[in-house]
Amino acid sequence: MSYLLDGIARAGELLASGDPETFSAVAATLEATALAMAAALALGLPAGFCLGYFRFPGKRALRTLSDAFMAFPTVVIGLLVYALLSRRGPFGEMGLLFTVPGMALGLALLALPMLVSLTASAVEQMDARLRLTLRTLGADNRQLLLGILWEARHGVMAGVVAAFGRVVSEVGIAMMVGGNIKWHTRTITTAIALETGKGEFAQGIALGMVLLAISMAVNGLLALLKRRGGAR
Amino acid sequence: MAWAQEKVLMMATTTSTEDTGLLPVLAEAFKKKSGVELRWVAVGTGKALEIGKNCDADVLMVHAPAAEKKFLEEGAGKARTEIMYNDFVLIGPKADPAKIKGKSVADGLKTLAGQKAVFVSRGDKSGTHMAELALWKSAGMDAPDKEAWYVSSGQGMLQCMRMAAEKGGYVLADRGTWIKFEAMPEAKDMAIVIEGDAPLRNQYSVITLNAEKCPKAKHEWAEAFAKWMATEGQKVVADFKVMGKQLFFPNAQK
Repeated sequence: MSYLLDGIARAGELLASGDPETFSAVAATLEATALAMAAALALGLPAGFCLGYFRFPGKRALRTLSDAFMAFPTVVIGLLVYALLSRRGPFGEMGLLFTVPGMALGLALLALPMLVSLTASAVEQMDARLRLTLRTLGADNRQLLLGILWEARHGVMAGVVAAFGRVVSEVGIAMMVGGNIKWHTRTITTAIALETGKGEFAQGIALGMVLLAISMAVNGLLALLKRRGGAR
Repeated sequence: MAWAQEKVLMMATTTSTEDTGLLPVLAEAFKKKSGVELRWVAVGTGKALEIGKNCDADVLMVHAPAAEKKFLEEGAGKARTEIMYNDFVLIGPKADPAKIKGKSVADGLKTLAGQKAVFVSRGDKSGTHMAELALWKSAGMDAPDKEAWYVSSGQGMLQCMRMAAEKGGYVLADRGTWIKFEAMPEAKDMAIVIEGDAPLRNQYSVITLNAEKCPKAKHEWAEAFAKWMATEGQKVVADFKVMGKQLFFPNAQK
């Protein structure tokens, strides 16, 4: 019990004193998560929309594939990305291994299937008359896409929240691809793994609290957005 | 974030140099001298050599002489500079239930195996793990990793010592990390049971990579770092103390 109390006290201390190591880990976490989510959203939302909206041969197979990828073990994603980014791998020239963007790439791959599948589900559940209504109102293709995504926003949002939750709390990919480099790719999760390994439980618990606070804040923000958007 | 910054030297190194806190001190002194920022990934020696083989780092700092020489023979490494040493110690419960205090390492390990006393191994191909395997060989057996009392943890040094303390078992550690651990509350029932035996010496080296195999690595700075470690860096190593004790002893060939 004293471990926990120590940890909570220490968390307050770290945050109040602006401990540079803690803040560097927070910054690395936010940066990697933001980059990964931006990339995954840019690809995943349109892909999910197409998968849910259009009818085409092989649609079901694609959907099954995307659903299967949701259960892809993160350790395997980490291994794959490591192998791809290593100097000996196909993308070694880019020098992305042990950097934040490299880490973000792995995390984006983790978020992508979730966004695709959940967006597709949300779009599929839309009333078929919505499309006709939007068309008669003179919507062009871009407006149609945005309009349908807007109407399906609750389902899409659920996907975004779930993906964010996984990305921000991921440790295997961050450790393998990022390399846990102090001041650079040491994220909150890899820092916790390190501190616990060193027996610094209080520090680990403190960092855990910080991570919890970040997830809560983002979830709260999304909930707020949902309410502003008019809850159903 | 400065990840695209130019003057960065990437080093793959071992957990013992990270856990003891020596690396940040070295990095700061080296940056003052050269303007090059040293960054590192701390992994076991085995993985550090693998990272070097893949050219994913520019320079290595490791401690497994036999594996290092093989690495150079294979043409992956260019030069090996011995920079410092410390020693391994066998840690066990203060009560020493297996009664191995004061024995040679080989006899001590034989006794542990005979008594089936809990032994925690790094099991991660780190320099310490390789040294432990060689010590079992010198005791006339392979590491007994099929045995229930032999715990192959796959974790870092501190973690292994904490496991040994939890289980009341024995563990081979580098002295630097032991000194760090000794100051923690978990270590109160643990002590050194065997030390000072010749096979327990632990030599650290800096290895530069073969420019033909890794054209992209920053060889100029890697060489500068190796040279600096063998000259001015020697004093930084000697002056580095934890809990008032010197952890590493510089021994670069003059």
